[in-house]
Amino acid sequence: MTAQSDTAPAGNAVPDDNTRQLAAAGRGETFRHFALTFPALLLIVVLVFGPVGWLFWLSLIEDGQFSLAHYQRMWTAAYFEIFSQTFRISLLVTGLAILVGYPLAYLMSQLPRRIAGLMMICVLLPFWTSLLVRTYAWMVLLQRRGLINDALIGTGVIERPLALVNNLTGTVIGMLHIMLPFMILPLFASLRTIDLTYMRSASNLGASPIRAYWTVFFPLSLPGVFAGAILVFVLCLGVYVTPALLGGGKVVMVSMKIQQNAALYFDWGAASSLGVILLAITVVLFWLLSRLTRIETMFGGG
Amino acid sequence: MLQGNATDTQITHLQRLWLYILCGLILIYLVFPIFIVVPLSFSDSRFMRFPPKDWSLRWYINFLTSPEWRAAIWVSLRAAVYTTLLATPLGVAAAWGLARSRLPAARALVLAVISPLIVPVIITAIGLFYLYARLNLVHTMTGIVLAHTCLAIPFVFVTVSSALSHFDIGYERAARSLGASQLRAFMTVTLPQISPAVMSGALFAFFTSLDEVVISSIISGGENTTLTKKMFSGLRDELDPTIAAVSSFLIGISLVILLLAVLMSKGRNDD
Repeated sequence: MTAQSDTAPAGNAVPDDNTRQLAAAGRGETFRHFALTFPALLLIVVLVFGPVGWLFWLSLIEDGQFSLAHYQRMWTAAYFEIFSQTFRISLLVTGLAILVGYPLAYLMSQLPRRIAGLMMICVLLPFWTSLLVRTYAWMVLLQRRGLINDALIGTGVIERPLALVNNLTGTVIGMLHIMLPFMILPLFASLRTIDLTYMRSASNLGASPIRAYWTVFFPLSLPGVFAGAILVFVLCLGVYVTPALLGGGKVVMVSMKIQQNAALYFDWGAASSLGVILLAITVVLFWLLSRLTRIETMFGGG
Repeated sequence: MLQGNATDTQITHLQRLWLYILCGLILIYLVFPIFIVVPLSFSDSRFMRFPPKDWSLRWYINFLTSPEWRAAIWVSLRAAVYTTLLATPLGVAAAWGLARSRLPAARALVLAVISPLIVPVIITAIGLFYLYARLNLVHTMTGIVLAHTCLAIPFVFVTVSSALSHFDIGYERAARSLGASQLRAFMTVTLPQISPAVMSGALFAFFTSLDEVVISSIISGGENTTLTKKMFSGLRDELDPTIAAVSSFLIGISLVILLLAVLMSKGRNDD
């Protein structure tokens, strides 16, 4: 009896010790895991968060005092026009990206793996080609005596060369080319998961192919469309290189104005307040995107 | 053949012939601009007409004999290699740490690590310029590499995290229960299994650095002028045909990288 009652508490104490040790080991491991993330985080915090926070601070300081003057100064027609132009271009490019990207992603999602893979290479090739190379190619193709104008004149469609570059048209064509992979990749991934037996059921129930598409397939594809559209739109808002090269000075987007204010006029107040507004819009849109999908998967993961 | 049903939609290939043609045109739109650059670079003319009338290698000679262009290539390649060497281990470590982490803040940390992709690059660029001006890092290789590493880490992180999420943690646990340390278990069990993802992350890092325009054109300069900065100012000021030769060189690099990436993703699919 006594022997048993002596061992019983000891028997309880052993797992207790074990639990404590396990918990300590667990904490140690959590700490080591965090330590592994630390170098990358440190670099990003110092080089991205730090300067961005600094810009935020700068945007709120005028003559050494706290003020909203930089933001008030943006309440003018000139700045309003820049924002509205940026939004219009981004919306236009996003709309075109849906119109052009959807059919391609749709077809790719239904073709045999091998052919879809070949098409995927065509989509990825521009993605992997230097941005400047592609922009340069468009500058050459779209110029006054470029291939497109020559071909259109040669076939008698037009008589005089069209102004295709150094304006809004050139900017949109170039941006669309850059943004298309960002639409096609998430859309393709999403369309491929749609079960085509739904479509067979729809036609079994007497729906015409077109009706089956609009009532069954299309609604199922919308989340993918929205995810791709938000991603493209938000990337368009921050675009700098393409409008700077293909816009010919006629297209001024927010990013270009930020660069001008900072590097040309050394007006850090104006540059930083514009930057803060652009960043705020971007973050809100990414937050929306994160409600639809995991953001990491949009950049090649998943 | 054309009368056959295309899919479960009961639509025939003939009925959706327009879709095939449309997609063909879209693919041409995507690929064509890249392929005109190469013949253009062999043109003899100062004016970038396509197709070129006479052929020559003068732009390649221009490109390869100009000390400025050569210096710029050298700077860009070195920056890309250093960035890859720095961003790959940092990105892999972060991905591994967060994949295994049960921290409640893990989700926030993931967002922090990928934030350089979210912040518009012009904002990062002028912010970095402001910071670098105080640290004397403007126009230095260190400055370029550190900035590019920030941009490259998220790509490595995302690719490796994705591979780790498919990797069965049981293997690593088995190794540890057999007495391997955490590091040894990772190096001998986990790392070999996710190596295709690590490699494609490294390629991403290399290419991110090589192709980066906005930050480079603001913080690089002097003897550390990157290829992209030189190309960007060249394109803004005049259509210098030497850029066609430089572009063909870059396309060659992209093709090699894409080929490697395809081979690697094949390796990953076979697993």
